[in-house]
Amino acid sequence: MTAALERALRDRRQTGEKCLVPYLTGGLGDDWLETMQAVAAAGADAIEIGVPFSDPVMDGPTIQLANDKALAGGATPHSILDRVRHSDIGVPTAVMTYGNIAYRMGWDRFARSLAAAGISGCILPDIPLEEIEPWALAADDAGVETVMLAAPTAPDERLPRVCARSRGFVYAVGLLGITGVRTELAHSAKVIAGRLKEITDLPVLVGVGVGTPAQAVEVCEVADGVVIGSAVVQRMLDGGGPEGVAELVAEFRGALDRG
Amino acid sequence: MTMNDPTPEGRFGDFGGMFVPETLVPACQELDVAFREAWADPGFRAELDRLLTDYAGRPSPLTECVNLSEELGCRVLLKREDLNHTGSHKINNVLGQALLAKRMGKTSLVGETGAGQHGVATATAAALFGMDCVVYMGSVDMLRQELNVFRMTLLGTEVRAAESGSRTLKDAVNEAMRHWVSVVEKTHYCLGSVMGPHPYPWMVREFHRVIGDEAREQCRKLVGGLPDVVVACVGGGSNAAGIFSGFADADVQLVGVEPAGGAAVGRAVPGIVHGSRSYLMQDEWGQVLEAESISAGLDYPGVGPEHAHLAASGRARYVPVTDAEVIDAFQLLSRTEGIIPALESAHGLAWISRERAELAGRTVLLNLSGRGDKDVAQMMDILR
Repeated sequence: MTAALERALRDRRQTGEKCLVPYLTGGLGDDWLETMQAVAAAGADAIEIGVPFSDPVMDGPTIQLANDKALAGGATPHSILDRVRHSDIGVPTAVMTYGNIAYRMGWDRFARSLAAAGISGCILPDIPLEEIEPWALAADDAGVETVMLAAPTAPDERLPRVCARSRGFVYAVGLLGITGVRTELAHSAKVIAGRLKEITDLPVLVGVGVGTPAQAVEVCEVADGVVIGSAVVQRMLDGGGPEGVAELVAEFRGALDRG
Repeated sequence: MTMNDPTPEGRFGDFGGMFVPETLVPACQELDVAFREAWADPGFRAELDRLLTDYAGRPSPLTECVNLSEELGCRVLLKREDLNHTGSHKINNVLGQALLAKRMGKTSLVGETGAGQHGVATATAAALFGMDCVVYMGSVDMLRQELNVFRMTLLGTEVRAAESGSRTLKDAVNEAMRHWVSVVEKTHYCLGSVMGPHPYPWMVREFHRVIGDEAREQCRKLVGGLPDVVVACVGGGSNAAGIFSGFADADVQLVGVEPAGGAAVGRAVPGIVHGSRSYLMQDEWGQVLEAESISAGLDYPGVGPEHAHLAASGRARYVPVTDAEVIDAFQLLSRTEGIIPALESAHGLAWISRERAELAGRTVLLNLSGRGDKDVAQMMDILR
């Protein structure tokens, strides 16, 4: 049986359209949950829920700031999962956080907490293939889809192993660097997407450095979809509220649908 | 037990590993292969030995502290890493890493620094090897260690302020890793302690084991055998790993001294940050806590994974000292021996001084990892 995250993305791809997965920081402000619901209604296929970590080494200034604000506001993994558990966001969700958040709670307990909250997937960007097994087995047991990242630096022999361990989709890292909006799409984004498309049937979504609707359209000439993080989180930080953030996501949706 | 090589996956017991973003995995694996080859290559070893001798001034002396020994009632020996070029043990590691980076065809270095000792050493190696260099330093530490910031600049390195989090060493490591992710193909990350992803904890320890190997031979000549106790301060733990590695297989007590406000081993809670699983100061949810120490070089909430293993297995013990005890020790060594120690190194002496009754009549070897010039201005403010 294909789990909810992968099902949603495959369904979108089936129609010939592109997948859109916004990342929103959990616990940021009072209306983060309503914002997620609004973003789902605006055409997101799934949502990444960022669970803040004190030392996010893959993240640039925007998501760092969002993390710090959410933590200062008292957000914890428990408080975020608890609110998600009691709500209907409207589309499948995946948590994106760092390894220590899951490790501290215990791999099994964290996996079961995600499942209990109705969260489909999980992305741990500092746990690479070599270290993923204890987590991935716990997640498999709990029915949580572990999304693996694939980077431009990976040699050809590595990518099939990354894809084989990935569930839900394969997260193609668009550039050498950390999260954040760039003025132009990096050349590496389409290259890594193309390399992955050749070897996997899983949906291939590009994230990191996809910051505008035009960049999303450009990378989707090759990829099955995009993850958009910093642009969305910046709108949250700017006080966009559910309406403002949904408006931005709708712009991405519209651009992708027009192609 | 002794201090063996880690498993091929970089494990010391339950600790270590390679917990880095996917982008960095190939670079860590490439470094692992390159280090293994270089370390087995007599030509590389000879070139490094030549640099350590002719450039860094090794071997560093072993000094018997006659006045201090009389005052404390135990025989205190100092391994004088403070007399190395750039003023601390850090030069051992950076010369090794810079030579390796050059061999790997890398053209730039990036590093992090707390007190500035590793940053100055990295900037020195970059100047010597003609490499570009960027060093990240917490903005709080840049204020505390203004002179070292200027030294690095003088050596041609660009010092960038880490403005996130506690704006100290932990955040400098975050920024250095973020930088490395974006320039990984041409740049070597010259990590300053026995921490980070495999192979760093092992490689950095190997580059520092010269401290322990020399000290063991020097002790044999000076006291006709082994010391009873070997003491070193522990932040990330590089100088301790270096001196411990010379004595771990012998009947010698190993004592690592942590600042009370940064005692990762003392708290003994495992966590994953900066590339490895080790003991980590963190809250109940896994958020990393900020360390607090008078010494910028030890102001770090984690510790190298091999130290976690040495503690868990009982081979070494780790003890905390307070800032006040460190301030006393700093003055004690200055007054009795005419040696102004780095605040980091003063941690080791603070423990010896506190435990003098227990240590009475025994021979204690302290790794004097660095000199105190960089700390004089800070101590002047504190003592006046």
